[in-house]
Amino acid sequence: MTEEIIIAGFGGQGVLSMGKILAYSGIMQDEEVSWMPSYGPEMRGGTANVMVILSSERISSPYLKVFDTAIILNQQSLDKFQDSVKPGGVLLYDPNGITIHPTRTDIEIFQIEGNKLAVDMGNAKISNMIVLGAFLKIKPIVKLDNVIAGLKKSLPDRYHHLIPLNREAITKGMNNLKPFLVAEMILK
Amino acid sequence: MAELKLMKGNEALAEATIRAGADAYFGYPITPQTEVIEYLMEQQPEKRTGMIVLQAESELAAINMVYGAASTGKKVMTSSSSPGISLKQEGISYMAGAELPGVIVNVVRGGPGLGTIQPSQADYFQSVKGGGHGDYKLYVLAPASVQEMSDFVEDAFDIAFKYRAPVLILSDGIIGQMMEKVYLKDQKPRMTNDEIIEKYGNWATTGKKGRERNIITSLDLQSEKMEKRVHRLMKKYKQMEAEDLRFEKIACDDADYLIVAYGSSARISQKAVELARKKGIKVGLLRPITLFPFPKKALFDLANQVKGILSVELNAGQMVEDVRLSVEHKVPVEHFGRTGGIIHTPEEILEALEQKIINNGSIRHHKTRESSIL
Repeated sequence: MTEEIIIAGFGGQGVLSMGKILAYSGIMQDEEVSWMPSYGPEMRGGTANVMVILSSERISSPYLKVFDTAIILNQQSLDKFQDSVKPGGVLLYDPNGITIHPTRTDIEIFQIEGNKLAVDMGNAKISNMIVLGAFLKIKPIVKLDNVIAGLKKSLPDRYHHLIPLNREAITKGMNNLKPFLVAEMILK
Repeated sequence: MAELKLMKGNEALAEATIRAGADAYFGYPITPQTEVIEYLMEQQPEKRTGMIVLQAESELAAINMVYGAASTGKKVMTSSSSPGISLKQEGISYMAGAELPGVIVNVVRGGPGLGTIQPSQADYFQSVKGGGHGDYKLYVLAPASVQEMSDFVEDAFDIAFKYRAPVLILSDGIIGQMMEKVYLKDQKPRMTNDEIIEKYGNWATTGKKGRERNIITSLDLQSEKMEKRVHRLMKKYKQMEAEDLRFEKIACDDADYLIVAYGSSARISQKAVELARKKGIKVGLLRPITLFPFPKKALFDLANQVKGILSVELNAGQMVEDVRLSVEHKVPVEHFGRTGGIIHTPEEILEALEQKIINNGSIRHHKTRESSIL
């Protein structure tokens, strides 16, 4: 198994930490992992992105041009990375703030209302975990138990009381995933 | 039992420094290397092992603190990124001249000048061709993974003390900033003065009670003595070439074409090799792990087997010169690399290999010319 993922959005949306939790979850089930962030001026306000690879084999390049999955949280990132999804790959995005929707017909596209659902849950910061849940519904590459184990390992003790909330958010994401059909959008 | 962690390259290097039993770290923050000093400050190693961590007032101060501490036989490190490493060159040259052990880490960013904070490998020349003034070389280790960022710290200290010479770990923004699995080695105790003397000889300024005084200097105004010193240094470098050269060959056995790349470029090139082999093109990768000593003979030998070589570096063409010198014009050698902080993709590397080497008419021409000479 090898899954090559790009996660992109605004700095502060939890892009890098979503990638980190995914990487930690991979370690919990003995996968090889790599996490390659953009660390430039982007993280100070513009777009942030991270390339995450989980594989049962040794990972060669941590830096890639095309991905099995793109997880997208803002318009700029959608514009930039829509074409980086391999044919037959997956594009998952949060429609919040998106005015120009994806147009590719050779990939699978899904929506998750991460931001809206997180606000409904009373904590906007949890939106990245809702999105992660949606991704794991599409591609169950790591078990939920391993995500929780990864969270325990990556979070300092003082945040461990938030783990049940994170689990709830992941489950919410799994249950609220919507396929997005480009054709329907064009007909509208 | 080695401890498994998910860490950034910079953090793994910092943790490995504590665990290697280092006595001190002197540094100054600069992107993309700041996590080294940040991590060390957080860890408070003075409580764990007694190791000292100090943020100096400048890079210049830091390297001279390294010079001072190394003079007393201590295991010391400094780290920085490209512009900061330029500032340290005077101190590094003095350390080489005074024959002092020490580890310098460069997490390279794009230059020249302040350049960019994004990854680069444009400090190859500076690392292997001097950098500072005078007849000296640095033993240069180029890690290509977070694991190697950790492992190479102890290796670097071993080499530094074996030869009484400064050692450079040449990393870059990719390897420094990315996270991977890392197996951390167990904590080694810091060495006592007596242990250092027993293992590495009695050369340091540890107090002259009961012996003649030791003098640490790079100055010899008598030309004959200075020449002797230079010859002594050259002898060390010959020995490094004979005993401590390191490189890795990947998929070279049946290769028709060869990529030479180190550090992060080697990782990206390895993916290009995988893509090429999927297309039926037999490409191999030679990864120099030490940039000095350079794997000249391995390259010379491979040049009898392959039809052309591409040197892939995140710069405008530096290591390619050493590759050309190594293969002595037996096969064409070309360079490919992005600059300015842009990272080349595996696809770009494969495309460059096809354009510059595989489908390049000059390769056929090269062969013809060779046969016409024969």
